[in-house]
Amino acid sequence: MRPGRLIGRIASHAVLLAGAVVMAAPFVWMLLTSIRPPEEVFGAVFDPIPSRFAGVENYGQALGASNLPRAMLNGVIVCGGILAVQLLTAIPAAYALARLSFRGRGLLFGLVLFGLCIPIQVPALPLYIALANLRLLDTYFALMMPFFLTVFGLFLFRQFFRTYPEEILQAARLDGMGEFEIVWRIAAPAALPAIAAFSVFSVVAHWNDLYWPLIVVTSSERATPALGILAFRDAETGGNYGALMAAAALITGPMIVGFLVARRAFVRGITMTGVR
Amino acid sequence: MSPRAPGSPQARTEARWGAIFAAPALLLIVVILLAPLAVLVALSATDYRLGAIAVRMIGLDNYAAMFADPVFQRSLRNTFLYVAFVLPVAVFGGLGVALLVHARIRTRTIYEVIYFLPVTSTLVAMATVWQFMLHPTLGPVTPLLADLGFGRIDLLNDPDFALGTLALIGIWQLIGFNMVLFLAGLSAIPRELYEAAALDGARYGADRFLRVTWPLLGPTTMFVTVTSTVTAFKVFDTVVVLTRGGPLGSTETLLYILYLEGFQYFRMGYAAAMTVVLLVFLAGLSILQARVLERKVHYA
Repeated sequence: MRPGRLIGRIASHAVLLAGAVVMAAPFVWMLLTSIRPPEEVFGAVFDPIPSRFAGVENYGQALGASNLPRAMLNGVIVCGGILAVQLLTAIPAAYALARLSFRGRGLLFGLVLFGLCIPIQVPALPLYIALANLRLLDTYFALMMPFFLTVFGLFLFRQFFRTYPEEILQAARLDGMGEFEIVWRIAAPAALPAIAAFSVFSVVAHWNDLYWPLIVVTSSERATPALGILAFRDAETGGNYGALMAAAALITGPMIVGFLVARRAFVRGITMTGVR
Repeated sequence: MSPRAPGSPQARTEARWGAIFAAPALLLIVVILLAPLAVLVALSATDYRLGAIAVRMIGLDNYAAMFADPVFQRSLRNTFLYVAFVLPVAVFGGLGVALLVHARIRTRTIYEVIYFLPVTSTLVAMATVWQFMLHPTLGPVTPLLADLGFGRIDLLNDPDFALGTLALIGIWQLIGFNMVLFLAGLSAIPRELYEAAALDGARYGADRFLRVTWPLLGPTTMFVTVTSTVTAFKVFDTVVVLTRGGPLGSTETLLYILYLEGFQYFRMGYAAAMTVVLLVFLAGLSILQARVLERKVHYA
């Protein structure tokens, strides 16, 4: 190897490594503090490695003396409910948009493109008033309802179904399959990679969401993961940072583990927002 | 699609099923998108407060009051300042990291994972970690800055630094996302183009970058810029967790005061007018984004 290239490689690693340290620092700090005994958090001497393992008491406190398990369970319920309705409504509609000719198809697709420009913060106010008048605030329904509609999912699945070979659909029709069967037994299984990527995207977004839950939830029984960690921090006035960091690790842990396990679907989900 | 005679049995079956499949999605669009938008615009011309008995039409008074309100003006200024901080670093930083990571072979995955971690993690949880890290007496950042000669700065409680600190956290969260998008764009560039450029005399990396990489990444760069702007424009979570708009209103952003007016003070009419302004900003950006997206669909 020429010396110039070697220097280039070393320089590029140095830059990447320095950036990686900054990127990873909060995660390392979070995990180290979550197993650090309280006397060391406030200790005058700064030593990054804890002198004794206090993980059991910190995680125990985060789970036992707080609303965190409930918030995480709520996160599963809300993310699952949202995803189920999104897939059940978006897949057939996207198939229709891509492969069937029916009245109003152009208009519907126009509305989907329009919807891509509207974030939740825009319809939030009228939806809140409607939910308040129907006495539905602080319910699972209120948490999930605005996200039943996924224009992003509609757009994504439509793009996918457009590339599906027409001959297979025609062959299925000749075999006597109805359109309903074709959607769920042929088109949807073929779209599994897109569905997986979309699912990852949807679950991450709603597990992490703060804006809408902050608006509609008032009781701790309906707290979502983001609200759970916020409430835990505000309750910890004594500043038990070990338990607080343990709580943060518990809330963000499932997303990080999920990412490490399904990295490809994650990355595909991100790139599909732009490149597809 | 194979041509089908209009009025044929198959065409009629298709039209029927198409309508049936589209109906639930259309219903959701009407209930969750169109109706609220109409209500929002109407609401912005009233003095409605949640629970109020009488509602008056007040025309454009909400808009006039808003643009005269120093809090609104400040939030607009803070939001633009935040975007101006975040955008260049998140876009060009993301591009730079992608270029470096793309050239790595054995270590590529490790770097990809580390830079992407902040994107998938729960921002509210990680913001509490940042708060602890930035804590003036308990966190590691303040002593580190003091050792580097910057003095002891309480970054989140100093009006001069709070917004910039939030912007740094915003960049920390966004850069991996942009890296992934740029990596996808980079791997779509055919290798032959670099060879052709080398034959044309582009011998150095910088040459090849300017002649091949940069022009071919154009659509990706455009898309990343627009999405980063929208994301930065909607900064909210870190404000709620870390500063609540303070100190001295230096981190009050558009979305945060919109949240306060609408859902804490329940001045619905006024908040609706604010939302319409937000909508105008975001729609302008998103129309740009949709056009980029459409271009890609056509040429894909």
